[in-house]
Amino acid sequence: MHKPLTQKRLHAAIIVTAILAAATAQAAEVTVNQHDKAFVVEGNKIETITINVGDTLRFKNDDPFFHNIFSLSDLKTFDLGSFPKGKSKTVTFDRAGMAEVECAIHPEMYIEVTVK
Amino acid sequence: MKIHPKFILMAHKVLFITCLSIAATSIQAGEDYSHFLRPAEVPQPDNNRITTARVELGKMLFFDPRLSGSNWISCGTCHNPALGWSDGLPTAVGHGMGVLERATPTILNTAYQPLQLWDGRARTLEQQALGPLKATGEMNQDLDEVIRELSVLKGYRDAFEDAYPGEGITKETLAKALATYERTIVSTEAPFDRWVKGETHAMSKTAQKGFEVFLNKGRCVLCHSGFNFTDNGFHNLGLKGDHDPGRYGIRKIKILKGAFKTPTLRDVELTAPYMHNGMYKTLKEVIDHYDRGGDTKDNLDPNMQPLHLNPSEKASLVSFLKSLTGEPAPVTLPRLPIE
Repeated sequence: MHKPLTQKRLHAAIIVTAILAAATAQAAEVTVNQHDKAFVVEGNKIETITINVGDTLRFKNDDPFFHNIFSLSDLKTFDLGSFPKGKSKTVTFDRAGMAEVECAIHPEMYIEVTVK
Repeated sequence: MKIHPKFILMAHKVLFITCLSIAATSIQAGEDYSHFLRPAEVPQPDNNRITTARVELGKMLFFDPRLSGSNWISCGTCHNPALGWSDGLPTAVGHGMGVLERATPTILNTAYQPLQLWDGRARTLEQQALGPLKATGEMNQDLDEVIRELSVLKGYRDAFEDAYPGEGITKETLAKALATYERTIVSTEAPFDRWVKGETHAMSKTAQKGFEVFLNKGRCVLCHSGFNFTDNGFHNLGLKGDHDPGRYGIRKIKILKGAFKTPTLRDVELTAPYMHNGMYKTLKEVIDHYDRGGDTKDNLDPNMQPLHLNPSEKASLVSFLKSLTGEPAPVTLPRLPIE
């Protein structure tokens, strides 16, 4: 005997939710501060960072002037626009590879993001 | 006479706010502003260290008009040491007296800059050095031709051999020598520097007030920071009638449309006219522009905003900017090889 259609849909929804929940549980968010025109994680200036597929980088501006974080890399192209002190913007990396991330206003600010 | 408690409370508040205001904006000689002093060591790449022979060769090349296609324009024609290593013109004049679109930037302290040219398209002085030679609007030179021309002159053959033994006269050694000479063109001690070091009267009271405006109400330091008074960044200042894409030509990011590199303020008194298109003749005009918060608001840098400076504050800012003029650094001209 076939299960009713609504029951099938319910099972599918549960499976999808479970998968999403598992993915969400594994994904991490890392805050990358902009401080003295440098990328800083937990107080340390960085030039590279390694994260996992699905992880999110939160770029937070601690400087008294605007920053504008972007990447034109094949892995991830984005332009977060300019944002002032105290504000932050996020980017989620959903594929493995390497992305070069810069500040458009201050090109000395540069990091390589490796996504595994 | 009995004073009402409310009056005493109000007087305390006024005194407190006044003290806070003074604390927030006062500057004193002897305070630590040492990050505004030029580092003694000039950055130099491992594969092109500064030597006397390389500086001498670079200077010969810098002032030699035979580096141009017309044999009439040298690097020093536009980067004139008598004019603050610029040319005193709104925008540069190049090959065939053609007027170019951008001002000649001073080359003072370029050794310290991570990116060269108004739009930052060259990362090193070595990369930058041959650009103007090749540009048809500037020196209009064929690089292979200039290498042949230099190679027939014994004076240059010897000078290249002294500077770069065994490397010959090539595009690479030509660029390296020019870059080396440029690394010696650095700012000298200015009244501001002496004041930072504790010489209380090195800078006038007006200039000191200007420094206070520079750091606070004027918001100048947001971009003109550090010893070279630049963030080495790119900003659209909202210049009226200007349509040059600037840095956007190199990086296709919206904020960079019309953005140009923040120039140094060292010796700024000597490098008029100002801005990348030379549209302002005086420092006062520049300050008035910033005071308005820029004119063209389309894609204006977000750090720009009206400043509401009063005439006294503007005048003090000019005085401070003039205190960044260093002692004259004598430049001796080289004797160029003729055979």
